[in-house]
Amino acid sequence: MRRIVFLLPLIAFAGLAVWVAVPLIRGDDPSMLPSALIDQPAPDFALPALPGRDDGLASADLGGEVTLVNFFASWCVPCLAEHPLLTRLAREDGFRVLGVAYKDEPADTQAWLAQHGDPYGRIGVDLDGRAAIDWGVYGVPETFLVDADGRIRFRHPGPLTPDLVDETLLPLLQELAG
Amino acid sequence: MIPELGHFALTLALALAIVQAVVPMVGAATGRAAWMLAGRPAALGQCAAILLAFIALTYAYVVSDFTVLNVVQNSHSAKPMLYKVTGVWGNHEGSMLLWVLILAVFGATVALFGNGLPETLRARVLAVQGAVGVGFLAFVLLTSNPFLRVDGMPPFDGQDLNPLLQDPGLAFHPPFLYFGYVGFSMAFSFAVAALIEGRVDPAWARWVRPWTLAAWIGLTLGIALGSWWAYYELGWGGWWFWDPVENASLMPWLAGTALLHSAVVVEKRDALKSWTILLAILTFALSLLGTFLVRSGVLTSVHAFAVDPDRGVFILALIVLTVGGALALYSWRAPMLAPGGMFRPVSREGTLVLNNLLLSTATATVLIGTLYPLLLEAISDDRVSVGPPYFEATVVPLMIPLVVAMAIGPLLAWKRADLSGVLGRLGAVAGLTAVALMFALYRTTDAPVMALVGLALAAWAIAGSLVELAERIRLFRIPLGASWKRAKGLPGSAWGLSLAHAGLGIALAGMVGSTAFLSERIQVMAAGDTVEIAGYDVTFEEVLQTQGPNYVVERARLTVYRDNAAVAVLEPEKRWYPVARMATTEAAIRTTMFADLYAVLGDQQPGNAAWTVRLYHHPLVPWIWIGSIVMSLGGVASLADRRLRVAITARRAPASAAAQPAE
Repeated sequence: MRRIVFLLPLIAFAGLAVWVAVPLIRGDDPSMLPSALIDQPAPDFALPALPGRDDGLASADLGGEVTLVNFFASWCVPCLAEHPLLTRLAREDGFRVLGVAYKDEPADTQAWLAQHGDPYGRIGVDLDGRAAIDWGVYGVPETFLVDADGRIRFRHPGPLTPDLVDETLLPLLQELAG
Repeated sequence: MIPELGHFALTLALALAIVQAVVPMVGAATGRAAWMLAGRPAALGQCAAILLAFIALTYAYVVSDFTVLNVVQNSHSAKPMLYKVTGVWGNHEGSMLLWVLILAVFGATVALFGNGLPETLRARVLAVQGAVGVGFLAFVLLTSNPFLRVDGMPPFDGQDLNPLLQDPGLAFHPPFLYFGYVGFSMAFSFAVAALIEGRVDPAWARWVRPWTLAAWIGLTLGIALGSWWAYYELGWGGWWFWDPVENASLMPWLAGTALLHSAVVVEKRDALKSWTILLAILTFALSLLGTFLVRSGVLTSVHAFAVDPDRGVFILALIVLTVGGALALYSWRAPMLAPGGMFRPVSREGTLVLNNLLLSTATATVLIGTLYPLLLEAISDDRVSVGPPYFEATVVPLMIPLVVAMAIGPLLAWKRADLSGVLGRLGAVAGLTAVALMFALYRTTDAPVMALVGLALAAWAIAGSLVELAERIRLFRIPLGASWKRAKGLPGSAWGLSLAHAGLGIALAGMVGSTAFLSERIQVMAAGDTVEIAGYDVTFEEVLQTQGPNYVVERARLTVYRDNAAVAVLEPEKRWYPVARMATTEAAIRTTMFADLYAVLGDQQPGNAAWTVRLYHHPLVPWIWIGSIVMSLGGVASLADRRLRVAITARRAPASAAAQPAE
């Protein structure tokens, strides 16, 4: 009986290792999480605006032109890391970038945007994370590319990187924008 | 030529590590003295070879050798020299090289200074350390070689280092952090060696302590530097975000702190032995997890694990071999360890057990919070992100009893404590705490209850260590001169205990103060505008454009007035790095040691000469880092303890150890 106790750490560790190993060995690229939503229309959602703004974000705002939908939060450090890239995509490259403030106090979001600049054409407040669940968001930051027909064409969980933007995202944006 | 030399040195290091892993282990098992001794030159040679490789890579960075792929990807000829050098470890390959270097340095210290260890234990420790080295050197050489050349024409210039990382705070953050992470490999090696030997005794605990302490000091400073960097560089004055990267460093710190305390019980009372061994293994396991969970740079999250699937599988195999192997050995050998001494719940051991329970629960809580999103996804299609609210709701309640017990424990006797005597001394602690609380109430008007609880805890911790120190030197009971004499004669570990506990109290006060009493102003300001914050008047003077070495700067000038007298000028900056095409904000901070006034320059308003300016007043925030430094000094004092040196080198006669005051 006493021996079992000493086996517990090994058993717990083995469980942890197997669970991490299976997706790794299967060859899943964690940055390419399968999304059931790829090539599907974006889910239905309607989010209120930040206090003092009159935009908000809803399914109806998507479509018409190629759009990036970015889930972010002021408490998320990687969001700050990718923020200059989003700003560049919006201001220099001229793409429409829409934001969803995920589980973030509106006052914090506003302060963060005032501080670091606001690249978003519209922002919806997803205080309880409902919309994020519908979108299958894995964590913040996460970015979706929605085409002119309102279909999700690409998703990237985690912060955007210069390489990803230059080699994948920009070519895809340009191709879809025609 | 130089990069090839580095590559060769690294390969040589791998060969030496294999020798170090095999020969002394076989020697210890078969009783061949010469084989056991072979571990020492192998460890020193491995260390020298990796050092050579590290110097070769640093050289490539310093001269901006753009035929080396790693330099192209992470450096730029216009970068200041400091960041060329620190750029060496600002990327995956280079940081792995630093990692194996520190691993080898720790191995070399056992080879050089471990003369007091029994020969078989020393040989086995070196062999285990060597085996860990084999795995990680193979990892660097096979999947993360920093010496690869560029295919074809080398570019004219490099791609620059992420500008957020071009900062002195962050430049020196990884070496400290790695010193901590990798330093716990020593505790791991000692634990595995002890399991093979089948013997854990107070002497073992004393031998392992200096290395664990050194690692703990490094990790404490590394975490503090990282949080200081986040505080002034990320630009909104937060100092802890429960980001996976931070959690990864917090977990080994919590486990390592528990290990230091449980090792004391082994040393003094010969109890908690198999638990201490387990903690030593787990602390290093968490260090490994921390290093690799967040492999791809500084600002990433769990998503980044194994961006390159080959690397991921390799790392996982390494972790499974080292940690799984050690735990298998543990399940086989630990039940054979002789049970240790008994003690009552109310005793110093009792509070140390409580400390261990709380710290390990906190570690597990952070681990679950960090891995939960992955776990949930594996078993269902639900996806979540665990943020600060979870950690604040779970870790904070665990810290409250921990800090309460922290002041009580050192006042208790070993084995069985006399409660009534302790209560008297606790009265003094409570009195000092009450005085501090009255002061806090006098200074603040509408403090939230939790803030007062937090401040009281901080005061309790500081008062506890002061009272404990006063007890030891019998302050006010014997003449002051005699007390002074006693103070000078106190062993380093006694000072270490008091300093570390007081440091935690100081840091806690900083955390509570800066969270609960923060004031902030966000204002669009043009030249001449003035805004009031926390009793200061801040006037916006002007914004100037200038040029830095590899960036352009917008610098604002704000004059701070108190009672109509100018007391400071704040110059927050926005920098634009053209090569990396990224902007950073540089906050301007004026500190009085009791509070920081913190200014950040935001965006210019479209079409007019006005800027968004954020001003914060953070009471007590410098105490977080002052407290961390005091904690580390406690570690250093304890490390300097004469009795520990005796234990390592055995150069002094045992009699001198016995002459120290009893604890």
